[in-house]
Amino acid sequence: MAMSRQKTERLLSLVVCLLSSHRYLTAGQIREAVPGYPEAFDSFKRMFERDKDELRELGIPLETGTNKAGDEEVGYRISRQAYELPEIVLEPDEAAVLGLAARVWRRAELAGAAAGGLLKLRAAGVDAEEAMQPGIEPRLQTSDAAFGPLWEAVRDARPVSFRYVAAGRSVPQLRNLEPWGVVNRHGRWYVAGFDRDRGAERVFRLSRISGAVAFTGSPGSVTVPEGTDVRTTVRAWDEAPPAVRTAELRIRSGTGLGLRRRATAVRPCPGQDGWDLVGVPFSDAGWYADYIASFGADVVVIEPVDLREAVIRRLKGVLA
Amino acid sequence: MTGRGGGAAGAARPATATDRLQRLLALVPYVVSREAVGLADTAEAFGISEKELVDDLNMLWCVELRSPDPYCPIDLSYEGGEIVISEAESIGRPLRLRTDEASALLVGLRLLAELPGPQDRSALRRTIAKLEAAAGEAAQASAHVLVHMDGRAPADVQARVAEALRLGRRLHLSYYVPGRDEATERDVDPMRLLLLEGRAYLEGWCRRAEAVRLFRLDRVLALTVLDLPREVPPQAKGVDVDSGQLFRPSPDDVRVELELAQAGRWVADYYPCEEVTDLGDGRTRVVLCTPDTRWVRRLALRLGEDGRVTAPADLAAAVEQDAAAALAQYA
Repeated sequence: MAMSRQKTERLLSLVVCLLSSHRYLTAGQIREAVPGYPEAFDSFKRMFERDKDELRELGIPLETGTNKAGDEEVGYRISRQAYELPEIVLEPDEAAVLGLAARVWRRAELAGAAAGGLLKLRAAGVDAEEAMQPGIEPRLQTSDAAFGPLWEAVRDARPVSFRYVAAGRSVPQLRNLEPWGVVNRHGRWYVAGFDRDRGAERVFRLSRISGAVAFTGSPGSVTVPEGTDVRTTVRAWDEAPPAVRTAELRIRSGTGLGLRRRATAVRPCPGQDGWDLVGVPFSDAGWYADYIASFGADVVVIEPVDLREAVIRRLKGVLA
Repeated sequence: MTGRGGGAAGAARPATATDRLQRLLALVPYVVSREAVGLADTAEAFGISEKELVDDLNMLWCVELRSPDPYCPIDLSYEGGEIVISEAESIGRPLRLRTDEASALLVGLRLLAELPGPQDRSALRRTIAKLEAAAGEAAQASAHVLVHMDGRAPADVQARVAEALRLGRRLHLSYYVPGRDEATERDVDPMRLLLLEGRAYLEGWCRRAEAVRLFRLDRVLALTVLDLPREVPPQAKGVDVDSGQLFRPSPDDVRVELELAQAGRWVADYYPCEEVTDLGDGRTRVVLCTPDTRWVRRLALRLGEDGRVTAPADLAAAVEQDAAAALAQYA
């Protein structure tokens, strides 16, 4: 605890010292100005190196350079312009939606980042109340372990590799990807990018990634092609094709509501009291047959024949 | 800073020297940018005790640089409980947003802006623009995280739910329950609009069930805002949206076991399973707990040979009867 306190004091003095100086300060000058560094030069150097790394990790823009050509030793400074958050003034309604937006990540991967960002904006004078707008609670979940590393990869433009269980397969395969973006669609996370093995654009569902995600290249080594819209990519991959065919179904009165919601035509079934004839659009016969089978004896396919047979097959499968 | 006010993520990690440094660097501008701030309010805003805050202030006041001439760059006082920083030197403004911070906030704002309904759309647009401008380069990576809400809930349904919440009025719902293939009629006193896992839900006190219920807005067949005040009983407790589990199994639930072939594996992704066991050869056993098994019967018909109810036995028998009755229609 005492060590941590001394370290906080030293880092704070270091930040103030480097921000206050317009000139680059050499390591020696810094050791003279900032209390708390050891006397021995080697141990000072080691500690100073670690301190620099920690400041950079916090996002503090530590610059290196010399004050004039010919200076042999490099020095350090923090430019105020690069350090300071520009002026931002939010109206009360804007501050309210900001507070709400920060809550979106609660429980999720970027919770700490959202809270940290909100704190800085508060420090800039924004009064974002956390308890704003009662009555609406938006949340994103990031329960997939792959989210954290993939977000880092996308943020830093780094290629990755991971093992992936494709739909319809049971054995994971190694995939090499240049990630372009992560997309949450209807509550599920996807990553889209350039698949190096397939030589084409591909979309992967995070929940199907098995094991760890590894970085396979340095930051900045992925270029997202001009005009890429990952949301469209994921939508095209995920979305059901548009309805193209029409089925005629016999549906018991008062049942099959899920099917009736999409119906284009409903009329009483001639000669069969208590039944309706219902016309519905569909696209994929296999998927739609499964759905119709779930209604059991309340729904019967009249036509088309392939849909009718697919339902019969499904039902026989239950008894097989 | 990680996890402050942010629930579970990182909350267990002890505060490090750099966590505290971030707080100190935010504390000075927090005070400087406000006309008058008290110890108690500030401590609350930073999620720390007053004692910790005083310790922070003392640490700031004690900063000393020794060269070229010794001086104390920060001068402040907190006499009488009010904090005054008379000299903040170079740390009077907060540090820029990091990429993660800017992205988390911008993605959250864009998610809200995507929701249907007439809520503060203009406030959202203005806030996004201001934040992008203030974040500068750090805002760019946020374009690589996109959230797309399920758009199947009619926009007017969500707008009317929001209106009922705002006015504090009761709603009448006609609500589709797919698991039972039923349309149900009920009066609901709205509590909250929840946006979870990409879907919009109305949380409310259902007067028919006399309990708190969640209604998926894309399953609302019709909705009327009634000319009656909302009356949520004091014992009504909203769901804990941060528990990570929306639908909590109850001890009265039936424990259903299903064996899935490879083609039926999606069930494990789609429904909250108590247990998922790999049986080899691409087969999986899952355990679901549910208060009402009617939807499981429908699921089993839908799965055909790709999945089979293995327990309880009476449920397995009911599924076979359902399939036989359905096949008889084609005979």
